[in-house]
Amino acid sequence: MSHLEYTVAILREKFGDRLPAVEEFRGQTTVVVDRGAIRAVCQALHEDPRLNFDLLAALTAVDFWPEEPRYSVVYQLYSLKHNVFVGLRVPLLAASAEVASIESIYPNANWHEREVYDMFGVTFGGHSDLRRLLMPADWVGHPLRKDYPLGYEEVQFTFNADEIDRRKSYAKE
Amino acid sequence: MNPSRQMEVTVDELKHLVSPRALTGDTMLLNMGPQHPSTHGVLRLLLELDGETIITCIPDIGFLHTGIEKNMEVKTYTQALVMTDRMDYLNNLGNNLTYCLAVEKLVELDVPPRAQAVRVLLTELQRITSHLVWLATHALDLAAMSVFLYCFREREQILDIFEMVSGQRMMTSYFRPGGLWRELPAGFEDAVRQFLKGFPRRVAQYESLLTKNPLFIDRTRQIGVISAEDALRWGLTGPMLRGSGIGLDFRKAQPYSGYEQYEFDVPTGTHGDTYDRYLVRMAELYQSVRICQQVLDRLPAGPVQSANRKFVPPPRSELGHSMEAVIHHFKLWTEGFPAPKGAVYVATESPRGELGCYLVGDGGPKPYRVHFRSPSLAHLQVLPLLSKGHFVADLVGIIGSADIVLGDADR
Repeated sequence: MSHLEYTVAILREKFGDRLPAVEEFRGQTTVVVDRGAIRAVCQALHEDPRLNFDLLAALTAVDFWPEEPRYSVVYQLYSLKHNVFVGLRVPLLAASAEVASIESIYPNANWHEREVYDMFGVTFGGHSDLRRLLMPADWVGHPLRKDYPLGYEEVQFTFNADEIDRRKSYAKE
Repeated sequence: MNPSRQMEVTVDELKHLVSPRALTGDTMLLNMGPQHPSTHGVLRLLLELDGETIITCIPDIGFLHTGIEKNMEVKTYTQALVMTDRMDYLNNLGNNLTYCLAVEKLVELDVPPRAQAVRVLLTELQRITSHLVWLATHALDLAAMSVFLYCFREREQILDIFEMVSGQRMMTSYFRPGGLWRELPAGFEDAVRQFLKGFPRRVAQYESLLTKNPLFIDRTRQIGVISAEDALRWGLTGPMLRGSGIGLDFRKAQPYSGYEQYEFDVPTGTHGDTYDRYLVRMAELYQSVRICQQVLDRLPAGPVQSANRKFVPPPRSELGHSMEAVIHHFKLWTEGFPAPKGAVYVATESPRGELGCYLVGDGGPKPYRVHFRSPSLAHLQVLPLLSKGHFVADLVGIIGSADIVLGDADR
């Protein structure tokens, strides 16, 4: 039994129906985790001496708008000892886009969660510093959401330059 | 954006990040950057200082955010490739490779051995250029001007090779899903061999300028120390992690593109300070040369693109006499190829550390979601930890040793 299969078996035994599914795709395993269980699952993966997932490699999200559950927060954990990745996926409904922060287990989740908050508007309960990371502090909206249009700059011609200029938000004398 | 709103973060919003002394004016809050030559890009650091000593350092990033992940969602898989060049601008080919590997994994596309070998060769050359820029700027920050000039001299030779191969010095886009853009040009092997012949001597020259230089050692030893456990907890990878003694290298741990065929060592440090990270990267320069030489010595012959016409456009010469080729050409250049529903994660070893690509397909010809796990972001995040208690002047050395590229962090 590979370490990955072993890990999934242990998680299943510990968390039972709080892990709705295990997805296999292109040789990669992604465990679907209930919203309320993510902290406990990460805790187990990190601290259980049998599992040893000591590196949070990536944390990001996907927006499946207009489908529900709308968001998926995705975690990639790596085990140095066993040289294996495991993926976690937490589906979130649009109406309750909040999940517990795993910052206390993997400190580097701090910025990753800030980025997800910034780009998707998913909030992380118990996060120590949930501010925008990449966009300006006063930005409105969450750019990586699917209902957020790809912005563009209006082309100014001589006949409409002043009119467009008036609409722009930069400081005017 | 609503112009009536506050345009910047106020100290009130950062209250929880600074010590109470900053609020009484006992310590000083100082802005470093975003326009500062030793922040290696556009990085703003808010420093809380007690005299010269750093109490807290709050990195503020995002000045180079260009929405690359969002932009890639409206392009086909092939078109989106050019965006990857522009992320980590010192590791263009490495970004191409990571993205191509992710696409190839998603659609299960084969890559011929020659293309794989050339990919390894070019990414190793890219690693050398990236380390050269790191060394140049790191030494410059610590007031060793001549190293900067020497490093850029050698880097130029590699950029010439890239230009020869792809027509571009930096934004190469030479790797494509399924192989390479086209066959290597005549004279390529000679150019690389000539570079490899002279290069180890040059590295020895840089080392003679720095490794035993007491001024350099003073500025780097015991500066920005991070223990192995902390490095792992904070998600550090690459030379930052190896400098602390953990020999994780994804080229060895999870070989891709045929790295398992080549012999190389993974240098590690022991103290986890700026000096050890310097030693690790210098040793890596020799290892990259070693890999390049091995690739050149047994460069397989054969095609440089997959023959799977559902993903790789047919050669121009076929268009004249094959209707099928015309159809494939038309389909691939107008619509692109569809990728199945599903998500893959690919991790590669960039010069900075683990560069990951999380790619989601939705059955259509455009990536539904692309996320790049960038090493620079992880390394910037530990800056407060590394710089605590050091002098402002040492912060510059610490930023240099973290080897950050803001384009990579902000994407």
